[in-house]
Amino acid sequence: MSNRVIYLDNAATTRVRREVVDAMLPYFTEEYGNASTIYSLANGAKSALQKSRDVMAGILGCDSSEIYFTGCGSESDNWALKAAAEAYRARGNHIITTKIEHHAILHTCQWLEKQGMEVTYLDVDENGLVDPGQLRAAIRPTTILISVMFANNEIGTIEPVREIGAIAREHGILFHTDAVQAFCQVPIRVDEMNIDMLSASAHKLNGPKGVGLLYIRKGVKIRSFLHGGAQERKRRAGTENIPGIAGFGRAAEIAAATMEERTGRERELRDYLIERVLREIPYSRLNGSRTKRLPGNANFSFQFVEGESMLIMLDMAGICASSGSACTSGSLDPSHVLLAIGLPHEIAHGSLRLTLGHETTKEDIDDTIEHLKEIVAKLRDMSPLYEDFMKGGRERRGGKNDVQ
Amino acid sequence: MYSEKVMDHFQNPRNVGELENASGMGTVGNAKCGDIMRMYLDIDENQVIRDVRFKTFGCGAAVATSSMATEMVKGKTVQEAMQITNQAVAEALDGLPPVKMHCSLLAEEAIHAALWDYATKNHITIEGLTKPRTDISEEEEEEEY
Repeated sequence: MSNRVIYLDNAATTRVRREVVDAMLPYFTEEYGNASTIYSLANGAKSALQKSRDVMAGILGCDSSEIYFTGCGSESDNWALKAAAEAYRARGNHIITTKIEHHAILHTCQWLEKQGMEVTYLDVDENGLVDPGQLRAAIRPTTILISVMFANNEIGTIEPVREIGAIAREHGILFHTDAVQAFCQVPIRVDEMNIDMLSASAHKLNGPKGVGLLYIRKGVKIRSFLHGGAQERKRRAGTENIPGIAGFGRAAEIAAATMEERTGRERELRDYLIERVLREIPYSRLNGSRTKRLPGNANFSFQFVEGESMLIMLDMAGICASSGSACTSGSLDPSHVLLAIGLPHEIAHGSLRLTLGHETTKEDIDDTIEHLKEIVAKLRDMSPLYEDFMKGGRERRGGKNDVQ
Repeated sequence: MYSEKVMDHFQNPRNVGELENASGMGTVGNAKCGDIMRMYLDIDENQVIRDVRFKTFGCGAAVATSSMATEMVKGKTVQEAMQITNQAVAEALDGLPPVKMHCSLLAEEAIHAALWDYATKNHITIEGLTKPRTDISEEEEEEEY
């Protein structure tokens, strides 16, 4: 085992590809013109903007005029929800979403509730899947928007987006999906899936940080979120981040072209990781669906150990990972996603997310598993929960503090 | 995010384990909130803490404060051990991030819980020691979105 860094947190962010950096660089020092000007210096910027828009349109199967570049995935989510709530207020004040959305959706919904909107947060099953029947039952005459993520960022579960889109269309309700984790990882066609709005972000697919997009179907009447200049068809003011958008375009172009081969490889490595961990580490479980799962995502719970301790020890071994433990979220509650799939708190605290990328190798996975086995064993050795479990959990434990 | 001392105590925790026939043993915390600390004390007839062991389920700060607390009580009299506060444990570790201060509170409570067990078994009263709180978050309602 070497001292190199093993990066298994690709759901958090990714390393920018060399080709993407190369595609961005000219727009800093050579083609630096403002795309809103008329002189020829800005021609490069204008065509870069259009080219990226065309790439996105090709991937999603929409028109390039329906792509709006933003500052990040969170901005796209905020814009979609807040602007739709405002534009369709006359028709109703009810939004349906799920309990496992990213905080960019959940906290926006909570804010909208304070503005008088009503929000239904759908449950998910033990694999994190939304039940289309439950969605159907939650629809009211006042429902104006359904927002369900394409795939979950923590447990990787891919939602039945096609069915959800069909239900939304049938009822004439707008359908937004947060596809930040899914974009360029799984095939997405907005028309076939009846998606009216879709959020994505560049830095999850080996592109730069600070660029996102919102697809808005033609005819959806949501207004500007950022007022000012006439950029982005007057719907998103602010001088365009041309280097970022050029990078996003190049990253998406590569990610889409390599999707089948790349995700096939990741899926194979991921399955190898999952099988070995579940076989070689006792009292471990996989969180999320075994099959309806993002190609690069593995999320485990290890009983009797706590997530942050695992992360620190993995970090000392040069391995970057993440956890749904409370200690890593800055609150006392563990991940809302893990609680929503029905995990007890103590199991949720011992969760570990490993997310693979195109650079992940089998050697990375093998090294990680070896470290993980040692780390889990070491932490269990100092865990009072494990001690109780091994003794049968029946012995008196001193004091009055029952910890079962 | 953590001081070097915290990292040292996390990586090389002192006095990890169990004590057979401990004079006192106490467990505090709750798996639900992610931290459980158990402390074993071996106390001689002069009320001096001869030996100490701990086991902790929790984050880096929880492990480090447990480890530091065991170093601080070892060799002390019961009365001296009573004077150890969570602030003292945190200071001995060169500080903790604000969100982790509750971990040091758990260390203080673990010492008290073990001493309470010792006092109860031996039918003695330790000045300033009150019965440890029962589970600190048992009554908390689960937060729902």
